[in-house]
Amino acid sequence: MGEYTDMKKALVTIAFGLTASLFATAASAQATLNSVKQKGFLTCGSNTGLAGFGVPDAQGNWTGLDVEFCRAIAAAIFDDPTKVRFIPLAAKDRFTALQSGEVDVLSRNSTATMSRETQLGLDFPAVNYFDGQGFMVRKKLGVSSAKELNGASICTQQGTTTELNLADYFRANNMKYEVVAFATSDETFKAYDSGRCDAFTTDASGLYAERLRASAPDDHIVLPEIISKEPLAPAVRHGDNQWGDIVKFTHMAMLNAEELGVTKANVEQMKTADNPEIKRLLGTEGKFGEAVGLTNDWAVRIIKHVGNYGESFERNIGEGSRLKIKRGQNALWTKGGLQYGIPVR
Amino acid sequence: MSAAVDMSRFVRSEKVEALPPPNLARGPIAWVRENLFSGPFNTILTLAVLYLLYVIIPPIVDFLFINAVWTGSDRDACRAETAGHPVGACWAFVIDKINYFVYGSYPGAERWRVDGFFILLAVGVAWLLWLRAPRRDLGAVYFFWLFPVLSYILLTGGNMDLGGRFWLGFLAVGLLFVAVMGLAAYLLKASIRSAVIIGAVILAVIGLTLGLVDIDWGLDHVPTSLWGGILVTLLVATVGIVFSLPFGVLLALGRRSRLPIVRMGSVIFIEFVRGVPLITVLIMANTMLPLFLPGDMTVDRLARPLIGVAFFASAYMAEVVRGGLQAMPKGQYEGAMSLGLNYPQMMIFIILPQALRIVIPGIVNTFIGLFKDTSLVAIVGIFDLIKTIEASRIDPEWAAPTISYTGYAFAALFYFIFCWGMSRYSLGVERRLAAGQNR
Repeated sequence: MGEYTDMKKALVTIAFGLTASLFATAASAQATLNSVKQKGFLTCGSNTGLAGFGVPDAQGNWTGLDVEFCRAIAAAIFDDPTKVRFIPLAAKDRFTALQSGEVDVLSRNSTATMSRETQLGLDFPAVNYFDGQGFMVRKKLGVSSAKELNGASICTQQGTTTELNLADYFRANNMKYEVVAFATSDETFKAYDSGRCDAFTTDASGLYAERLRASAPDDHIVLPEIISKEPLAPAVRHGDNQWGDIVKFTHMAMLNAEELGVTKANVEQMKTADNPEIKRLLGTEGKFGEAVGLTNDWAVRIIKHVGNYGESFERNIGEGSRLKIKRGQNALWTKGGLQYGIPVR
Repeated sequence: MSAAVDMSRFVRSEKVEALPPPNLARGPIAWVRENLFSGPFNTILTLAVLYLLYVIIPPIVDFLFINAVWTGSDRDACRAETAGHPVGACWAFVIDKINYFVYGSYPGAERWRVDGFFILLAVGVAWLLWLRAPRRDLGAVYFFWLFPVLSYILLTGGNMDLGGRFWLGFLAVGLLFVAVMGLAAYLLKASIRSAVIIGAVILAVIGLTLGLVDIDWGLDHVPTSLWGGILVTLLVATVGIVFSLPFGVLLALGRRSRLPIVRMGSVIFIEFVRGVPLITVLIMANTMLPLFLPGDMTVDRLARPLIGVAFFASAYMAEVVRGGLQAMPKGQYEGAMSLGLNYPQMMIFIILPQALRIVIPGIVNTFIGLFKDTSLVAIVGIFDLIKTIEASRIDPEWAAPTISYTGYAFAALFYFIFCWGMSRYSLGVERRLAAGQNR
């Protein structure tokens, strides 16, 4: 994510690296699944507010893609998606909260990186949203590719990785550009909206959310190029592999369900399907759920309560929502995307 | 004739010229001429200010009222192209989200409990602040003891389920405490009976408090992670205010005490807490504290900033109160002592009433600062009013250009009403208490 400066990142890394090595082992030694079952609910580190991924509705219930992922884990364990306690975490608190055992899983649009896995002692079992930095321009600019942005002025947020990615991309493509940087994302977008610059750049998911707030949303398009890799993934602590497997296969079950055409609506009928892959997924054949400490109908529970990945995507950020984000890299591998469900067998 | 006195040196020889009659011109025009246009410089200033107001006020009125949207169910209502006219503040957004702004994620069916808390708070505040209210001494007991206990039960659901072993332990420790009190009184040659009674009363109050929160009142448990909005803002402010005044007074007295340990303790506490910013305290509490505690031990995420804020406010209050104590002339202390009053009597009857009156502006200033500082808890992920607005304004359902401004305007209005109310009340109190020495 492009929300912090490198300086902050370094400080946070040092602080956590020191403390994590001391405390991580103590916190994760006990099996997370058992403690979750004992408590009777899952504690999920969530976003403090990100359109489509974790926002409170008018009644204060959390909704969004990341939120539903936690509900799916709860459904797999308890057969009840409401047995989640969301702990909204600010960006700087999120990894400590996970380290200290305050949350069982962090589902909060965090980018999976090597240093976070190795130095902070975290695991990112599965990527539930492939994000990356993109550009938005006015339609009347007549640009259809980021490659045509030579000489453009670009609004971006100060001191973020977004700014650095931008520099890299334009240098690599031997293009000139002019940065107009602002302290907050609000100011940045306001400046673009009022015509201070030709293009606006941030993570692609954010582009769609910001576009909705523009004074004339239909006048803007998001360019197809994605210039950075931001694999957003739920995180768990190192050292409890069973728990990591549960989180990983919650996502895989949702992907496989989409691939096999199992939906929230037809999951009960699908139990009698002849397809052996569906049988294994839904637990009518084999004992795959018990092997990770769940019941064999674990996937049925997930799909029954939350739906498959495609359904969750469409409902929260896709065509069924206001954001209307295209599947793009998040399409199934069969449709040219990167979401690849590891087979249940 | 006493020729020694030269009368002409100090007696006027002629009549003084009469002063012009007092300016009796009344009415708005005279007032304006005298106050706004009394000279060329003032005239220029007045015109400049009028011009500024002319530039600022109409757009604000336009935004907040004339172009504002009052009804609607989603973003279409607040977008110029769908609404068909320029759109100012989108109050429909605030109306739609108002439940979230007030209660946060508190479960819908249980929200009457939050309303109950608001009513209890209003009763307590009115009882203490309304000068002619009956039995204000009971009001103090209510506000500083019964109200916190009832609020705790209402908001969390009570039913701490302490268990029999806890009560046995509590009884044992309590009896020991009373015995120690008695022993201390014996060693200090004070009245053993009154020491034992004081000990027993303290024990009974603590026991009663724990008993009340231990009982199963049949209320569902609502975890603090669901609390939010105005509920949390008022809660943090109330906790800060309820704790800071008594603790601040104690710390201020401690700092001026002749007992070295008490004085050192107070000085260290005050200087340490005042020496770090509130944000640091909050981040320590919510980010670092879990790392220092054993894995299975957690302190509630909301309780941590509450404790931090209470400490912080107490330290500032202590310095304000100390200012008042410092301003008391030594004669007041000596007078009290010469009447044979002991230390508590001297403080309670003579010194504190005067000292606190002097520092009312300072106390209210601290309260107002504290009330606004509560919004800092947002940075540690606690959903106070500001944070709920921040989380709501990004809702795609309501994505429109003016949504953020509307949300912040609502927050500004909320804070202004409370802070302005506090400052007006304190002005009234000052005027009443200072009737004898109007300046």
